Order: sequence, then C-alpha cells, then structure tokens
Amino acid sequence: MEDCLAKKMEITVSEAEKRTGRNAMNIQETYTAYLIETRAVESQSEGQCAPVESLWRRYSEFELLRNYLTVTYPHIVVPPLPEKRADFVWHKLSADNMDPDFVERRRIGLENFLLRVASHPVLCQDKIFYAFLMQEGGWKEMVNETGFQLKADSRLKALNATFRVKNPDKRFTELKHYSDELQSVISHLLRVRARVADRLYGVYKVHGNYGRVFSEWSAIEKEMGDGLQSAGHHMDVYAASIDDILEEEEHYADQLKEYLFYAEALRAVCRKHELMQYDLEMAAQDLTSKKQQCEELATGTVRTFSLKGMTSKLFGQETPEQREAKIKILEEQIQEGEEQLKSKNLEGRDFVKSAWADIERFKEQKNHDLKEALISYAVMQISMCKKGIQVWTNAKECFSKM
Amino acid sequence: AASAPKPLPSSGPKSLREMPHPLATSSSEEMGPALTPSPDLLLPRSIADKDLSLPNGTPVDTSSPASSSSLLNRLQLDDDLDVETRDLFVTVDDPKKHVCTMETYITYRVTTKTTRAEFDLPEYSVRRRYQDFDWLRNKLEESQPTHLIPPLPEKFVVKGVVDRFSEEFVETRRKALDKFLKRITDHPVLSFNEHFNVFLTAKDLNAYKKQGMALLSKMGESVKYVTGGYKLRSRPLEFAAIGDYLDTFSLKLGTIDRIAQRIIKEQLEYLVELREYGPVYSTWGGLEVELSEPLEGVSACIGNCCTALEELSEDMTEDFLPVLREYILYAESMKNVLKKRDQVQAEYEAKLEAVALKREDRPKVPTDVEKCQDRVECFNADLKADMERWQNNKRQDFRQLLMGMADKNIQYYEKVCVT
Repeated sequence: MEDCLAKKMEITVSEAEKRTGRNAMNIQETYTAYLIETRAVESQSEGQCAPVESLWRRYSEFELLRNYLTVTYPHIVVPPLPEKRADFVWHKLSADNMDPDFVERRRIGLENFLLRVASHPVLCQDKIFYAFLMQEGGWKEMVNETGFQLKADSRLKALNATFRVKNPDKRFTELKHYSDELQSVISHLLRVRARVADRLYGVYKVHGNYGRVFSEWSAIEKEMGDGLQSAGHHMDVYAASIDDILEEEEHYADQLKEYLFYAEALRAVCRKHELMQYDLEMAAQDLTSKKQQCEELATGTVRTFSLKGMTSKLFGQETPEQREAKIKILEEQIQEGEEQLKSKNLEGRDFVKSAWADIERFKEQKNHDLKEALISYAVMQISMCKKGIQVWTNAKECFSKM
Repeated sequence: AASAPKPLPSSGPKSLREMPHPLATSSSEEMGPALTPSPDLLLPRSIADKDLSLPNGTPVDTSSPASSSSLLNRLQLDDDLDVETRDLFVTVDDPKKHVCTMETYITYRVTTKTTRAEFDLPEYSVRRRYQDFDWLRNKLEESQPTHLIPPLPEKFVVKGVVDRFSEEFVETRRKALDKFLKRITDHPVLSFNEHFNVFLTAKDLNAYKKQGMALLSKMGESVKYVTGGYKLRSRPLEFAAIGDYLDTFSLKLGTIDRIAQRIIKEQLEYLVELREYGPVYSTWGGLEVELSEPLEGVSACIGNCCTALEELSEDMTEDFLPVLREYILYAESMKNVLKKRDQVQAEYEAKLEAVALKREDRPKVPTDVEKCQDRVECFNADLKADMERWQNNKRQDFRQLLMGMADKNIQYYEKVCVT
C-alpha cells in the first residue's frame, strides 16, 4: 500500500443526520445523510494541521459509487457496503433503518468502506472516488458521464445468465466455489449467533427477578436481611450487564458481515472471468466456422451441411463473381475476427494477471482481518466471563455474611 | 413448693434466654426483646412450679411438657453441649433396589453411632424404605405435637415423567432423607423420642408398627390436641408475627423456585443454540487454510462452554431446587403446628370463660383448666425454642445453598475462561 490515498488523507464519516427531501419521483421521503470529513495529512515538517473539508452524502450515493467501481474495475474485489437493511437481528435489536443504533453502525460501516477503497492500490487513484470525497455538487452527473451505466446493465445481465465454459480456469472455478461456501457458512453463523444472543439475553434478564425477590424476602428477615438485600443488588447488576456485552458483540457480527459481502464481490470477479472466457470461446468458435466456410467456398466442396449449400444445389450454383464476393467478405470478417481474438486473448491474460494479484491481496487481508476479529471475539468472551465471576463472587460474599 | 429460680421451659421467653442451646448462639437474645409476650404467658411462676411437681410421681403425664422440662434440665447440666460433644450420629446411604412380586422399591441403609444410654448398642445398621420414614414422621407428629417436625421429601413426584428409579432422583431423595434424620438427631427433644429410637434400631420395623396401634391408648393426650370446635379470639402477637412471616416466607421461596426453574429452562435453550453454533466454526475451518486453526479453536471452546453449562444446570436442579422445596414444606408444617397451638389456646380460653361464668369462688382454678393452661404454655415455649433453632439452621442452610449456587456459577465462568 505504498502510495494509496489513505496515507495522504484522513477520512472519517463523522456524523449522521435525518433529513427530509424530495426524491427522483418527487415524493417526500425521510433519509439519513452522512457527513464525510477529510483532511490532508501534512508531512512532519509542518506544525499546523490542514483544514478539514466536509460534505454530506446519503447511502444511495455510496451505492452509486460502488456500482461505478465494480463496473470500471471488474478484476478488483471491490470492498462492500454495510447492509442496506438490518439482517440477522436478534430480538432486542430493531430492524428499523431509522433506529439510532442501526444508523450508528452503518456510519461506522460506511467509514470503513471509504477507508478500504482509499487503501486499495488501484481504486484509490480513481478520479470519481476522489470527487466523491471532495466535490459536493455535480458528482452524480460526473459519474453518469462516464457512461458506466451501459456497462452496468450488460454486466448485470451477464452475471445472472447461465452458460457453460468449455475450458474453465481451474483456479477461478475453485475460487468461485470457495466464495459460495464462504457466503453460506458465514450467513449460517450469523443466523445462529443471533439466536444465541437472544437466548443469552433471556438467561441474564431472568436473574434480575432474583434481585426483586431477594429484596422482598430480606424485608421479613432479621439476620439474613442485609445479606439478601445486597446479593439482590448484585443480581440486578448481572442482569443489566448483558446489554453492554451484546452491543460489543454486534461489532464482531459486523466484521463477519463485511466478509460475507466481500465473498459476493469475490464471486463477481470469478464470474466476470467466466464471462470473458466464454466470450473468447464463442469468438474463437465463430472464427473457426467462418474460416471453414471460406475454405468450402474457395474449394467448392461442401463438407458441412448448410441451407445455402442445399438451396444452391437445388436451384443451381452461384456465379463465380458472386462466390468471389462472398469469399472477400468472409476474408475481411476473418481478419477482423483474428484481430479481435488476439485482443480478447490479451485482455483475458491481463485480466487473469491483475485479478489474481488482487485476489492474493484480498486473501491476505481477509486472513489478517478475520484472525483479529476472532481474537477480539475471544477476548470479549473472556471479559464477559470475568464479569460473571466478579458478580457471583460478590453475591457469594453477601451470602456468607448472612 | 416454690423451687429455686431454676430456668423453666414453660414460663415464657425469659427462661429460654438463660438456657444455652447448642445451636441457638446469640439469636435467642435477639428473639426475646423483639417479641412482646402475650398476657397469657405472663402467668405467675407459681403455676409453673406446680407443673414441675407433677411429673415427680405420676407416670400418666407422659405428655411432652414434662419430658421436655426434665430433659432440658438435663441438658442444662451439659452447659457446653456443642457439636463436638454430640452423642448421636445418623447417616442415610447406600440405596438399593428391591424387586418383589407385588412391587419394586428402594431401601436405604440407616447407620447409627451413639453413646447414649437409651440405646443398647453403640452401633446400628438397618435398612429402611420411604414408607418407614413417612411412618416415623407421622408418629413424631402424633407424639410431639408441640414441636416442629422436619419435612420429608415429597412422596410422589408431581411434575413430569420422572423415573422413580433414576440415579438422580434416588440420590436427591437420599440426601433429603439424610437431612431429615439429622435434623431430628439435632433436636434435644425429638432425638430422644421412643419411635425414633425404634426406627434406628429395630430389625423388623413392621412388627413394631403393628404393636404401635396398642400404644395409642396410652397416648391419649395427643388425641386431645386434635379437638376442634374452639375458635381463637386473637392470636398473640408473637405467634401472629410468626404466622405472617411463614406466609411471606413460603411465598418468596415459591417465587425463587419458579425463577430458578425459569433460569434453568433458559439456560437449556441457550445450550441448544450453542450446540449448533460451535460446529459452524468447524465447517468454516474446513474451508480455510490459514484460518482453520483459530476457527477450530473457537469451535472447541464453544463445545467446552456447552459442557460447563450443562453441569451448572444439573447442579442447580439436583442441589438447589430440592432444598428450596424442602423449606416450603417445612413452612407448611410449621403453619399447621401454629394452628394446633391456636386450638389449644382457644380451648383454654373457652374453659376459662366457662369457669368465670360459674362465678364460683374457688381457691384455685380447676385442674383441667390448669392443664390446658400448661399445655398452652408448653406449646408456646416449645414452639419458640424450635423456631429459634429453625431460624438458625435455616440461615445456615440458605447461606450454604446460595453460596453454593454462587460457587457453581463461578466455576462455570472459570471453566469457560480457561478454554
């Protein structure tokens, strides 16, 4: 990450604000806008800080940016956006997009997205990205002028189409398979984790009832009263502690979610490669058949069945002039085709090279990030247990004084 | 025949204070001033003295007041009667299943070690089944109606389909039966009860049981306690307070029982989810190369958490809940004793009224009214003594119990930490 933007500039998504406005269909709607702040990182010699520049963007603009990037750089695993709607929620979390906790987590996710793009050796150099950060007005028009929308539409169609590639690149096939599995396992994990969180919440909260009943009981006791009362207090503390614990865990869930969506991006790259391969094969096939046709016309032999051949047999041969004309056209087409094939081949090889480089980079990033995420998850669990030990030790002390 | 100021059990709370009881350390002092003795109990010492002179000759009055007073006198001599110098030890263990043609049942071995003169041998070992314990309890209630008899574990299992012969059930029951006998052993009056003695020593209990029917006639006194029809005008303050306390107490315990059960249920549901959670990490580990180790690690940890949680729930079910239920039963039986006490007092008051109405000038109150009075007093006294003892024991029990619960939770968390 030698020369990436992230090193030259501080980027934060510092605030979120509810706004109302009119959308494209002129209907009133409420949405959240996010404040992006940037500041150039001065070299050490300067003592002062550069001024902070800022502008507001909404989620849909982030989406536009990402779409543009995925279309323009099909060989790059483009960082994903945080989820559009709250998924994998356990019951206490709301699925409401306007919920402050959700908005807060989204803010963090958007910041993370920008930082990822800014740290990517290729993506950070993109002008549109830069404009997204710095230029408030007219950015949308700028994006549309790139004409990426056309590419986007065809890309979308292609990604969803089914076709068979005759000579698939094994590495890409394996990778696609891997990304499918990864998606499936992470979403399973997130679903179960949400259920686990739900249950754990229940266990902790019921202990709060102990607090109340101990308090009531202590009222009728003499020697046992004080001990019971204070123990009850600890039970209340225990029950309340689960809220913070689960909030922290959400952060872990978000980290997993990022990679869930990353898997999708990975898959897209593989598909793109498949598409190119298919294109290549189709072009090669087309060329071969044209060459054949040409040969047949030139030599006069009909090796392959064709309607034209049949009709000419039935209705008489063509004139030599007509044949010459056809051959000429075909030869032109063949030449074109060969050039196209050459460039396609080149394109393909380039794609494979750059895609594979980015994939390696991605793999390293993924392993590093997930390892850290798992470690911090374990640390979280340990701290949760330590808290539990603390509470129960306190309660035990209270009981011993009864 | 006014005796020297010997502490007497039947003359109100003061005497109890002066008598050192092995298990009622300082609480007796606390109990005294806190309760205002009812007018009934502030009877002049003279009558109490008379009571003491009665048993010196008459064997008929084998009712508890007499035996209590003589025994308590005896205990007084052993001023430092604490745990170490206890002379009777009873244990319940070794459950065995017996299969007969008519039925299948479990017996427990009851071992006794003692230096008491009431016992012919220093050691006994007999086998008893639940029925026998039940019989013992009924006999104790009959013969010592003024005392609080410890509860037995429930006869039938109320909820769910629990296997009567499962290891857990038998073990839980064994513990409760052991507790039952130990409580009786610790009681200064109950432990000297004749039926208790037979229970501990007889090879063939059934023969004795049949014989016991004949003894009933001698125990005529006990029948009188059951007479109904007398309505108590007002319960003396201290007993009313005890009654209220017991009501609230069993209510709160009931709530705690429900909470604990709910927690166990929630924990089990949590466990179910955890069991699915762990393996997913494993599956993921299979996909990865570099990450497979940490992922497997997480999976294993979660597995350990599951085991620890299971143990916690089991312990709670086996150790915590039964004790709660036992105390609820205890409270119930105590309330019954309170009711009986009320009846005795009612009877006494009614008789007193009847005498007053006759307007006859008598030097002393008729004997039967006197006797009623005595009974009331003794009842009250015994009850109070027992209550104190009970409170203390209860406190210790609960302290242990809740500490144990806390401990278990701590252990659980520690186990989870280690992984």
